[in-house]
Amino acid sequence: MKTQNKGGAVKWLLVAVSAFFLIVMLILPLVYVLITAFREGIQPFLAAVTDPYALKSIQLTLEATVIAVIINTIFGLFAAWSITKFQFRGKKVISTLIDLPLTVSPIIAGLIYVLTFGRQSFLYPYLKAAGISIIYAVPGIVMATIFVTFPFISREIIPVLTAAGTDEEEAAALMGANGWTIFRRVTFPHIKWALLYGIVLCTARAMGEFGAVSVLSGHLRGKTNTMPLYIELLYQGYDFTGAFAMSAILVVMAVFILILRNVFEYRGKKNEE
Amino acid sequence: MEKKYYVEMRGVNKSFGSFQASKDIHFGIEKGKLIGLLGPSGSGKTTILRMLAGLETEDSGDILIDGKIVNNIPASKRGIGFVFQNYALFRYLTVYENIAFGLKVQKWPKEKIKARVEEMLQLVGLEETAKRYPNQLSGGQRQRIAFARALAPEPQLLLLDEPFAAVDAKVRQELRSWLREMITRVGVTSIFVTHDQDEAIEVADEIIVTNQGRIEQIGSPKEIYRNPQTPFVAQFIGQSAEVDNFRELTGYANAESSAVRAIVRPEYITVAKQGEFLKYSLDSEEGVVEQTAFRGNEIELKIRIKENLLTARRLLDDAPVEVGEHVRVFISRVYAFDEQKAYVIENAALNTQESLVI
Repeated sequence: MKTQNKGGAVKWLLVAVSAFFLIVMLILPLVYVLITAFREGIQPFLAAVTDPYALKSIQLTLEATVIAVIINTIFGLFAAWSITKFQFRGKKVISTLIDLPLTVSPIIAGLIYVLTFGRQSFLYPYLKAAGISIIYAVPGIVMATIFVTFPFISREIIPVLTAAGTDEEEAAALMGANGWTIFRRVTFPHIKWALLYGIVLCTARAMGEFGAVSVLSGHLRGKTNTMPLYIELLYQGYDFTGAFAMSAILVVMAVFILILRNVFEYRGKKNEE
Repeated sequence: MEKKYYVEMRGVNKSFGSFQASKDIHFGIEKGKLIGLLGPSGSGKTTILRMLAGLETEDSGDILIDGKIVNNIPASKRGIGFVFQNYALFRYLTVYENIAFGLKVQKWPKEKIKARVEEMLQLVGLEETAKRYPNQLSGGQRQRIAFARALAPEPQLLLLDEPFAAVDAKVRQELRSWLREMITRVGVTSIFVTHDQDEAIEVADEIIVTNQGRIEQIGSPKEIYRNPQTPFVAQFIGQSAEVDNFRELTGYANAESSAVRAIVRPEYITVAKQGEFLKYSLDSEEGVVEQTAFRGNEIELKIRIKENLLTARRLLDDAPVEVGEHVRVFISRVYAFDEQKAYVIENAALNTQESLVI
């Protein structure tokens, strides 16, 4: 009895501390972003958001996000599949490499691409001859986004696939099913919710990416400025209303994605039962 | 004359890294038989099964099914039904879809699939579960559905990996006789893997005993039980106690064998309290009871005779025996063994007594 009472007190203390921390560190700032965005009323907000440069940055962010998410989904599926279903040399190396973007600072990711595809690179003459520009152009932004969001999808699928084992696939193969049938009918239903969850995380991260994109973009207004970069630009120019208006849009998108994430997580858990 | 085998392995070897899982495996199985692959865990029995199915590739040797070498035929083309240890039912498909899976893959016409699935469900007596998902079934039901799914595409060979390991003791008993009956009815050649000797002895027509990647003995349950050929089989089968020098036991002093060590099983030991009638009283030993344990239908005793601790049984209705009590023990048979072989040796008293009667 005594320990239980003590446990109750400790419990509420911990909950209170966590709640206080969350309010000060997260909720208050987020609410403040929204308040600031509408500080001068709805009209300046709309004006800031419908500015051609602002619209262009939203468009670029969405483009980069969609491309990065599609490529990472395909890559993530392949990587997770090969890591969990096959035995091969270098498996550990691959599975460690996938995590690299989580440990490397995004700004370094940007610099790596500048080095690899920029003027100093041995590849530069070939790229120039082929008419491909990567640095200070949209492809560079997409690549940086892909790099940074690399691990999210495969990291979500790998544990699910590992837990599921290979028995069901073997059973299907023994009955004569080909690889595609096995994937479609047996494997995919297992990973469906984990995959969606990974895609959502990947999307959220891709939309907000600043560091790597900042290095590669060159900050060309209306050309290579994504939303986070544009927000920084406005902020540096003391246009607080504009900066917070754009931030508000990002925040709303993030909250929407958070809700999606929870839905998928819930459905995934239910699916497992 | 050489027998006609349906499934055959000829000199098959298989290693996983430095671990040799199968060493020179030779055996043949006649059509329609139910075979038990019996051995302790890690003895290579599952590897044999997986190589037959084509889920593992042998390093050398040949595998023949129906007289044809199938080494290079992939698992999907061998036409084998396989029941996995944990059944591996497709979690996201209904029972109906599970059973229909193999038929769909083989492009059976729709009406035929429907008829076959219904036939299989009827065979296993689970028609009402067609629309359910595997997680809505009990362990025993899953086992039956896995069996139905494996049999639906009409395989010529059915392989079962520890088919009873995942169900509880009571259901296991029931399923054993059920499976035996089903396989007899369908008439499909079947091989099942088990580490449980009771299961193998009860269910199989023939048992292949494996140990450390080798086949120790092939024979009917009776042969394996009564005439173990190798030291391993003698020790592994039955509830065995080991005796370091069996010649010191009364009635075995003049046994004709080079072997020194032996296995004694409880079924060949008769225990009598002081004053109780014991048939071969003169040839019995005196022993001290060290432990008694209630086993439900009988009492299990650990009895110290000289240096050896033997296991014996007494019926529940027999007069109770206390720990520390001195009892008379008659050992009618031992399995003596040396490094290579095992020998059945009977108590000398049995032979002399018989000749006296005549």
